[in-house]
Amino acid sequence: MKGALRCGKPLLGDFLVIVVGLIFVAFLFKTLWHNEQAAKLQIRLGDKIYATYSLDQNRNIDIQGPIGITRVVIADGKARFESSPCPNQYCVHQGWLSHKGQAAICLPNQVSLELLGGEKPFDSLNY
Amino acid sequence: MPNSTKNSRIEIHTSPDDHRIAKLAALAIGLHLIEAVLPSPMPGVKPGIANIITLFVLYRFDFATAAWVSLLRVFASSLLIANFLSPTFALSLAGALLSLATLFFAQYLPRRYFSAITLSVLAAFAHMVGQLLVVRFWLIPHAGIAYLIPVFMTAALVFGVVNGLLTNYLLRISPAKFDEDKG
Repeated sequence: MKGALRCGKPLLGDFLVIVVGLIFVAFLFKTLWHNEQAAKLQIRLGDKIYATYSLDQNRNIDIQGPIGITRVVIADGKARFESSPCPNQYCVHQGWLSHKGQAAICLPNQVSLELLGGEKPFDSLNY
Repeated sequence: MPNSTKNSRIEIHTSPDDHRIAKLAALAIGLHLIEAVLPSPMPGVKPGIANIITLFVLYRFDFATAAWVSLLRVFASSLLIANFLSPTFALSLAGALLSLATLFFAQYLPRRYFSAITLSVLAAFAHMVGQLLVVRFWLIPHAGIAYLIPVFMTAALVFGVVNGLLTNYLLRISPAKFDEDKG
């Protein structure tokens, strides 16, 4: 019984367990690091939720912030800052957001975008 | 098994067992302490080299001895590091208990096909699950760490394989020395 143990090399079953382990870990990465497509776009202005839009539409949204008008575009299930009155344009350079949990912020104009999945429980909504 | 009252009466039979458990537990505690001092890339990710001793004992002796060594290691190390009954201790204990429970069943796997690597990987996964349960239900009671689980489990797999290889090696270079005095 202990003969097999003397050779320190992995045995057939060990490889099986390692492979199953790898599949298990890969499965965990796939489920928990979801690259799910987002379903909704939530826009915040200052500390308030400005609006939440479905991404199933093509739409331009103009938001009046403290330093001017920020234009947000929704197209093909994605969203981005199209233009902003801020000096550094970081928000515009963030580009398109499409996955659940992604976010972009324009600090100078206090506008932020966050992509939500379909199932996020809301405390409140104001359209 | 190591029982002081029993020990004083029947010295010949229990004493070697107790001594052996104490020696092996001391070895495990030593490894545990070394690991506690080493910096970890991430809280919760540790190689768990002390588990090599648990596995070695499981193969060379039996499950009861392995359980003794493992639990003595958890309690004694926590006293030495001074985190007894702290969250770190709870993590360690939960991990050790679940890992032992897994080993209890895994020891019956056919040894022709499954070596210490299998047991080590399973124990490492169980250890991680035990810790994560404590974290989820006590320390951080929301799903905020969910996205770290894959990282933890990957670490468990890698260190499980490494510890298993080391255990195999250890079992090979010390060929059943203890089996003789075990009788």
